[in-house]
Amino acid sequence: MAADGTPLLELEGISKRFGPVQALDRVDFAVSAGEVVGLVGDNGAGKSTLVKAIAGINPPDDGAVRFEGREVRISRPQDATELGIATVYQDLALCDNLDVVSNLFLGREQVSAGPGQVSRQLDEVKMEHETADLLSNLAVTIPSLRSEVGTLSGGQRQQVAVARSLLGDPKVVMLDEPTAALGVPQTKQVLELIRRLRERNLGVVVISHNLADVFAIADRVFVLRLGRAAGEFRAEEATEEQVVAAITGVGDGRDKGERAGEEERA
Amino acid sequence: MSATGAATADEGTEGRSTTGQALRRLVQGDLSSVRVVLGLIVIAIIFQVQEERFLSAQNLTNLMLQITTIGLISVGIVYVLLLGEIDLSVGAVSGLSAAVMAVLSVNHGWNAYLAIAAAVAVGAGIGFLQGSLFSRFVVPSFVVTLAGLLAWEGALLQVLGKTGSLNINDPKITGLANTFYSDTVGWIFAAAIIAAYGAVLVLGYRKRVSAGLADGGPLPLVVRFVFLSALVIAAVAILNSDRGVPLAVMILLGFVVGMEYVAKRTTFGRHVFAVGGNAEAARRAGIRVNAVRVAVFTISGSMAAIGGVMAASRLFAVNQNSGGNELLLLAIAGPVIAGTSLFGGRGSVWTALLGALVIGSISNGMDLLSLSSAVKLMVTGGVLLLAVLVDAVARQQRQTSGRV
Repeated sequence: MAADGTPLLELEGISKRFGPVQALDRVDFAVSAGEVVGLVGDNGAGKSTLVKAIAGINPPDDGAVRFEGREVRISRPQDATELGIATVYQDLALCDNLDVVSNLFLGREQVSAGPGQVSRQLDEVKMEHETADLLSNLAVTIPSLRSEVGTLSGGQRQQVAVARSLLGDPKVVMLDEPTAALGVPQTKQVLELIRRLRERNLGVVVISHNLADVFAIADRVFVLRLGRAAGEFRAEEATEEQVVAAITGVGDGRDKGERAGEEERA
Repeated sequence: MSATGAATADEGTEGRSTTGQALRRLVQGDLSSVRVVLGLIVIAIIFQVQEERFLSAQNLTNLMLQITTIGLISVGIVYVLLLGEIDLSVGAVSGLSAAVMAVLSVNHGWNAYLAIAAAVAVGAGIGFLQGSLFSRFVVPSFVVTLAGLLAWEGALLQVLGKTGSLNINDPKITGLANTFYSDTVGWIFAAAIIAAYGAVLVLGYRKRVSAGLADGGPLPLVVRFVFLSALVIAAVAILNSDRGVPLAVMILLGFVVGMEYVAKRTTFGRHVFAVGGNAEAARRAGIRVNAVRVAVFTISGSMAAIGGVMAASRLFAVNQNSGGNELLLLAIAGPVIAGTSLFGGRGSVWTALLGALVIGSISNGMDLLSLSSAVKLMVTGGVLLLAVLVDAVARQQRQTSGRV
């Protein structure tokens, strides 16, 4: 399944249980460098649980995680960050009252010596410079780096959030519904940005409900259904119908009861 | 970045390097200050027409002395407002801290500076305690500091004892609010302020140019420099023609500039804005949100104590009314009137000074006209209400025009 040799991130037999709900059941998942994996599934299929397990927010109960071929434990968000796994959540976690530069460097501000060398002050010039470099590398156009993030469009905000995740020089970037609630041209911008992440040889995991977007961007489509791996397709070979069938489990008689059960849980 | 208030008119700014945009940014960034300055001018005209003493050098000097306590307390309040919180205890804390200083100085013969330090430590300790309770137990700051308001007022009565008032006679303490510098020293201050401001502008601009980030040329900076220089020279000229530049005004200015620097140029200040804007985002960015909150309330308590010391120095005494009356509400109203948002994340420490000037001018002018406290309170309340409405409308505009 991996495009070239060992996958960057490899999960084996990941299980996670919340009380009576088996959110993930022995899931195997992998992403390689320079590969975009679309992670799809119905509501409650376990997409977010899987991403949160990788991000260290809800560590799995069972299963092995390998990063660059090495067995690792991700039990806190910091563990994931240190390994080089960045996550952009759907709510983006931006401060609307701060400008683009401040948001990008939030929590890792660059400082230089202040007046009289007695204190350290923000090095705005350096931060703005690096922001301009990063955004132009990603071909992201923002009217002004000093405009408040709250005044940007949804697509620009998404791009700022993605750019911010790149500051820590990650190897894997996970995006949770990056195109939800975006208009057509903005969706196009964000998909373009994801392509450039692939060109930078990052491993990219994209959660999405929108199959058209997934097919537009992903090399591989990974389907979760009721917490289990329900299919895996090479995007260029598969059709949307096949993926939809895997998502809904249509044509598989035993699923009816399970679907009803899932709706009750939801 | 800076106090935007109603300024974020649209997001359609294009191109990073046009003079037009730089000018626009200058205007937008300072618009709420401009609004307040216009308001001040209107207030001045209204009172000057009815009472010609209003703009006399003597009255303007009095005005500056009258606003130092409110201004100092407001500096701390700005930080609390930036978090989107409120500190209702600052009036009581200022009274209690001043009483501690007075008791130590008068009854126990402490050195003046030690007594002042003890007062500030009391304020800082109270702020730390309230901030810790607020962030640790996730109680609304409103409630924690309301409890504080009552408790510390009780503590003030306790500390003052039966007599209920203490006269301060240590000249080092009373000198804080009653020292005036000679004309020469005043002009030296003016020259130093102008030179320092010029140096900051030039160095900042050169750094941006060398990094290739200069946008719009030096014109906006020159405008700002000329404006500030004229303001400083006019202020010193006026103060010199009365008793001279007061020490209290220099103390207030020092705190405003210093705390504005902390707010806008340090990592801590950036984190205060971030927590006020989106605490969850700040937390996920690795900012220790609770530590920021505790630090801000500690600052608020410390500034309240410093304001209390200044009030005691001016009055030559501490009594049961110290820190009472409408001091608390005026100290909160000032920054809000001048454009610091009650909703957190927007504002600047300058609004502490500007707001105190607005409130002080109204109160001073009404005193000159011998209006009753009934009228004074109603007018001040009306001005506060107007300011809050402007803040709320600005916020709504941001929300409707902000996102596409």
